Amino acid sequence: MSYTLPQLMVTAAAREIADGEVVFVGMRLPLLGFLLAKSTHAPEAVGIYELGIVRDTLAPEPILTMGDLPNLYRARWLADTADMMGLLQQGRVDVSFIGGAQVDRFGNLNTSYIGGVTNVTTRLPGSGGACDLASLAQRHIIIMNHEKRRFVPRVDYITSPGFGAGAGWRRKVGLPRGGPATVITTLGVLRFDAQSCEVMLVSVHPGVSVETVRDNTGWPLQIADQLTETPKPTEKELDMLQRFDPQQYWTGN
Amino acid sequence: MPEAKLLPLSEAIDRFVPNGSSIAMGLAQETLIPFAAGHQLIRQNKQDLTLIGPISDILFDQIIGAGCVHKIRAAWVGNVITGSGYNFRRAVEAGTLEMEDHSNLTLAMALRAGAMGVPFMPARTALGSDLFKTNANLKTMNCPFSDDTLTAVAALKPDASIVHLQRADVFGNAHAWGNLGLIRDACLASRHIIITAEEIVEPDVISRDPNRVITPGFRVSAVAHAPWGGHPSPVPGYYNRDHQGFIDYQAESKTQETFLEWQRQWVDSVHSWQDYTKLLGAKRMADLAIKHHDLSEPVDYGY
Repeated sequence: MSYTLPQLMVTAAAREIADGEVVFVGMRLPLLGFLLAKSTHAPEAVGIYELGIVRDTLAPEPILTMGDLPNLYRARWLADTADMMGLLQQGRVDVSFIGGAQVDRFGNLNTSYIGGVTNVTTRLPGSGGACDLASLAQRHIIIMNHEKRRFVPRVDYITSPGFGAGAGWRRKVGLPRGGPATVITTLGVLRFDAQSCEVMLVSVHPGVSVETVRDNTGWPLQIADQLTETPKPTEKELDMLQRFDPQQYWTGN
Repeated sequence: MPEAKLLPLSEAIDRFVPNGSSIAMGLAQETLIPFAAGHQLIRQNKQDLTLIGPISDILFDQIIGAGCVHKIRAAWVGNVITGSGYNFRRAVEAGTLEMEDHSNLTLAMALRAGAMGVPFMPARTALGSDLFKTNANLKTMNCPFSDDTLTAVAALKPDASIVHLQRADVFGNAHAWGNLGLIRDACLASRHIIITAEEIVEPDVISRDPNRVITPGFRVSAVAHAPWGGHPSPVPGYYNRDHQGFIDYQAESKTQETFLEWQRQWVDSVHSWQDYTKLLGAKRMADLAIKHHDLSEPVDYGY
C-alpha cells in the first residue's frame, strides 16, 4: 500500500489523540489528524477550534480549513474566540497541535522572526493561537519539516513556549501546566525526556536512517534506547484520508 | 425614532475612517472578513492606518501592499491555506511596518478590556515567550490574591471596528451567525462601528430575534449594503469560502509588481458591489452558493 509523507505524518498525529480527549485543533495537517482520529480509534474526541467552534462529529464534506462552512454545520457550539480560550485557560484541553518553522532542543517554537527581532531576515505569520495552545493545553504536539536550519540549538524568538531553558523553566516563568509532548517531523517522531526536558528521537519514518535525522538536526540529537520505526498508515486510515482530502491538497507529495 | 445610518460604503469609510485611524477588522478570523470595506480603504488611499485583528487571512496583506498601513497589532498575518503574506513580509523585512505581536488570546483580552472599560485583563498565556519583547502592551504581574505570575494585557480601544455581517436594519441593529471570533468584544471596545451587510432588512427581522444581535444599533455609526462583501471568505447562510481566490492571491501577491496588477483588477477598477459581482461572474457565484440549506427552529420570544 503506497502512501505519501504527509499521510504518514497525519496518521502519526491522529494516534496522539486518545478516545474521549478534548482536542484544540490547529490549522492545516491537524485538521485532518483530528478527523482521522475521530473516524478510527477516538470516536468520542471533542474538537475545539479557535474561530469559536466546538464540534464532536465529522464535517459532512471535505474541508480545507476550519472556517469552511461544512465545519460549522451542526457544530455543538458556535461562539466567541474568548470562550474557546477560556476552556483552554481553565485546563480543559487535553491536547493541541501546532506547526512550527523553527524549533530547539527544548521544544520552543518560532513562527515569527527568523534572524531575531532587530535583524529580521524572514518575517513569518506569527502566533495566531499557537502561543496560547503551547502555554495552556495539558500537552501539545508539534508538526514540522525536519531540516537543519529549522532544528536549531536555540530559536531566534520564542513565539510558543516549550520547556524554555530546560527542567523547571515553565513553572518558574508562571506557566500553569503543560509543555510539548511530541514532535512529528518529515523524518521521524521525537518525544521529550521527562527529567531533562530535552527532545529525543523515538522513531524514524520507514526508509529514513538515524544518520539522516542527525544530519538534519542542529545539535547532537539524543536517540531513545528503544528506537522504533513509525507505523505506516493502515488501509483504513488511507481510505479515510482520501475521503477527507480527496484532492490531496494537504496530503499530496 | 433613532437616526437612520445607512450610507453608501464609500461615504461610510470616508466619514468614519480618517487617515491615522486604528481599525479592527477580520474579527471572526476566517469567516465574515470585510473585504469590500477593506478594498474601499485602499481605493480611498487611506494613510497611516493601524490595523487590529487576530489573523486577517490576506485582508491585512492587501491593505499593507497598497501602502495604507503604518502599524499592525495582530496575532497572525498571512494566507491561511497557503502560508505567508508576501506584502506583510516585505514590509516588516524592509522595516517600514511597525508590529505589535499578539496571540489570539492576548488580542481577545485586549479588546475585552476595552469592551469592559477596565485598563487591562489578566491572562495565563504567553509567559516565558518573546511576545513581551515585541508588544509593549503585555507585562507580567503578580495576582493580588494568589501571587501567581500573570500576563497583564493592556486595553485596546480601536477608533473603529469594521465588521461584515449577514443582515442589518438601517439603524445599525444587526444579526450575525456562525463562529463569532472577537467580533463582539471588538465592537464594544471601539469608538465607531461600521457594519457592512449582505442584506438590509426591515427592523422587525432583527428585533424579533434579539439573541442574534451582535451589537446594539445605538453604538453603530454607519451601515452599508455590501452583497458579496465578505468574498473570498465564507459568509454562513450566503456563500462558501472561495479557496481558489486565496490560492490565486498567493501568486498575485508574490512581488510588488504582481500585487499592483491584482490591485488594479480587483480594487481600482471596481466602484460598486455590482462591479465586483460582475468581475466574479455568475458561474463562480453559483459554485460558491449554499447548496445544503439547514434552517434552525424558530424560538418563541413572546410573553
